[in-house]
Amino acid sequence: MRSGHPRLLLSLSIAASLLLCLALWAVFRYAPLELNMGAVQKVFYFHVSANWAGMLGFLVALVVSVIYLRTADLKWDIAAVAGIELGMVFTAMGIVSGMIWARPTWNTWWTWDPRLTTIAVVEMVYAAYFMLRQGIEECERRARFGAVYSIVGFISVPLTFFSIRFARTIHPVVIGSGDSSNQVFNMTPAMLQTFLLCLFAFSVLFVVLLWHRLRLGLLAQEVEDAANACWE
Amino acid sequence: MFLRTVWAILWKDLVTEWRNRQTFSAMLVFALVVIFLFNFALELNRGAQAVVTSGVIWVTFAFCGTLGFNRSLSAEQDRGCLDGLLLAPVNRAAIYVGKALSNLVFMLATAVVVLPVYSLLYNTNLFIPAFLLVVLLGMLGYAALGTMLSGMSMRSRMRDLLLPVLLFPVALPLLVAVVKASSGLLEGQPLSAVRHWMDLLVVYDIIFVTVSLLVFDEVIED
Repeated sequence: MRSGHPRLLLSLSIAASLLLCLALWAVFRYAPLELNMGAVQKVFYFHVSANWAGMLGFLVALVVSVIYLRTADLKWDIAAVAGIELGMVFTAMGIVSGMIWARPTWNTWWTWDPRLTTIAVVEMVYAAYFMLRQGIEECERRARFGAVYSIVGFISVPLTFFSIRFARTIHPVVIGSGDSSNQVFNMTPAMLQTFLLCLFAFSVLFVVLLWHRLRLGLLAQEVEDAANACWE
Repeated sequence: MFLRTVWAILWKDLVTEWRNRQTFSAMLVFALVVIFLFNFALELNRGAQAVVTSGVIWVTFAFCGTLGFNRSLSAEQDRGCLDGLLLAPVNRAAIYVGKALSNLVFMLATAVVVLPVYSLLYNTNLFIPAFLLVVLLGMLGYAALGTMLSGMSMRSRMRDLLLPVLLFPVALPLLVAVVKASSGLLEGQPLSAVRHWMDLLVVYDIIFVTVSLLVFDEVIED
């Protein structure tokens, strides 16, 4: 029997909390104030990091879904659920932080820009994923359908983005864009360092949470198996 | 062999439908009612029409399509018909293609009635060959995706309720392309002006048909 948390997980959890504190400090104390947008630009660091972690979650879910369909081993299904749950939470954080930034910058909480629309659709796709799972009792079938839907959903999402991209976008492209139009700022070294630190902190946090969720799922599975064994 | 199986399934569905006329009549009446409703909701006068028409038509088709998809596989569950189909020594992909084609035929049949009625009621001409091509392409991809997803929703406790929830967010890119292409054509633009949407539509059709074909085995297997 396993007891307590694995030591590595415990130390990673502590590391994640420390990193987040450090990231917060860097965002508010280390990174300089942006010239045009002022303090509200500081949302950017956590906004991008949260979305990054969200995408990581969905990516993990896609990969393990494919593996599940190949192996039919339920632990991969548990991993898919963990990935998608985390993806949804981080993406929701990304949306909310983006709205907080958009209100003073664009003067609106929401616009039907390709990125915004796509990310909203992402949340809908994965909400549908959970509704699909909820309605199926047999766990092997639930896992199989879940895997299929997460693959189809993951394929569809970039297409949605592409479809809406034909309309003009107002979302700033900070990374990898040469143009210096409105709302796009060039990061000073301190800003870049802060940004990378935030990305790293969120990645570690993501791994920690994924591990916790995975462990929880596996333990729940064990309990269920034990309960079933008792009944039989 | 593959084509014979597809044809057999398609023919069976069409004959069944011809004899009881349930799915088609439900889809048709539903589509007409929705169009009537839109008339009041959007005050579809002549000025607003050109822009709104493609939206109204595709929302109508999207909803009435789900009615058909829901029926198509769940009707097979009655008296173990689906098990019989699955036990038959044929390629599962052929079953899928047959089912998707019959769904496509039902949707097209609805369109054959709805489009003239719409033209008549709103005094507009929908018989632009390019637009009909868009209708065909749009319904093709939509039916491909819907048929596959209905295989999952029918096994769920929520059944019919679940299909739109599963289908709409995933079919969104297709619907966006189809609405954009249609509205361009209905506003009188030449085919070349909406060419990029048409290309996109073809690409989406290919992607969705391929993906559905690949995963249908997993959906139907047990």
